[in-house]
Amino acid sequence: MSEIETHSISVNGEHRRVDAGTTIAGLVQELGLDPGRVAVERNLEVVPRSSLAEVQVEDGDDYEIVYVVGGG
Amino acid sequence: MLSEEVEVNAQGHISVDSWTVAGRTFTSRLIVGTGKYKSLQENAATVAASGAEIVTVAVRRVNVSDPKAPMLTDYIDPQKVLYLPNTAGCFTAEEAIRTLRLAREAGGWKLIKLEVLAEAKTLYPDMFETVRATELLSKEGFEVMVYCTDDPIMAKRCEDAGAVAVMPLGAPIGSGLGVQNPVTIRLIVEGAKVPVLVDAGVGTASDAAAAMELGCDGVLMNTAIAEAKDPVLMAGAMKAAVEGGRLAYRAGRMAKRRYADPSSPLAGLI
Repeated sequence: MSEIETHSISVNGEHRRVDAGTTIAGLVQELGLDPGRVAVERNLEVVPRSSLAEVQVEDGDDYEIVYVVGGG
Repeated sequence: MLSEEVEVNAQGHISVDSWTVAGRTFTSRLIVGTGKYKSLQENAATVAASGAEIVTVAVRRVNVSDPKAPMLTDYIDPQKVLYLPNTAGCFTAEEAIRTLRLAREAGGWKLIKLEVLAEAKTLYPDMFETVRATELLSKEGFEVMVYCTDDPIMAKRCEDAGAVAVMPLGAPIGSGLGVQNPVTIRLIVEGAKVPVLVDAGVGTASDAAAAMELGCDGVLMNTAIAEAKDPVLMAGAMKAAVEGGRLAYRAGRMAKRRYADPSSPLAGLI
């Protein structure tokens, strides 16, 4: 029986674990969000939406996932 | 008929008016914020009543604990109303740039509202950081509308740094005190080669009209509408006030006199 390897990451300041091999788009979907409506920053670098489905989550990554809300 | 002709000509004379920022032309001179509303429905209704073609929005972390919560974009269609992402809450140029890079990725928005604040108490802009951020963002291809102090020299510095519009405060954000310094706002208008919009401080319709009568290209407001007892009605009032103030500016007001001057002829009195 082999254990699934997981990565320890931070999303919007909160600690999470995801399966190794998860893409950023996969992570966004796992959170219940539509990758087409959010912007993702990984370790202080914006990840272009076009590459969300290609880039894999790495152990220790720090993510900010944002969208637009009401403001003045 | 003669009276119809007069009416058509008069309407034509009044209606030919628009303003352009960074190559985009707008008819409405009122930009509204989308913060502080009781509900997204109310927010959408005020935007419709205001006639605004541009709304400001903020960039914030998604709510991971409630991912299915309704979103602003469900109620205010970004295809119909231009979203102007802001940098509210940013206190350094770097924070502002980070926020706007994310905004650009979220919706492709290049035209943005920069505000770099100095302190929470007054929410006054930090003009050194603001000018620095304007320069960096302009070089990165952003079209920067800049929230700035009501200081003609600082407004000029922003323009020199690449601002596509300067947006001096009328009074502190959320204060509703009205234009406190009409002299410097007028000086900014006279000196600027880019559009000037009064941003912040408007409390009621007459404040918006007063800003427009100074020759501003537009007015940006949030709290004055959101915190009115009837926000939809106030949005309509602001629309009328901005239009009225603009027409009065275009018309050119009469000179002030120190004493009375009768409007009816003195000749032919019975």
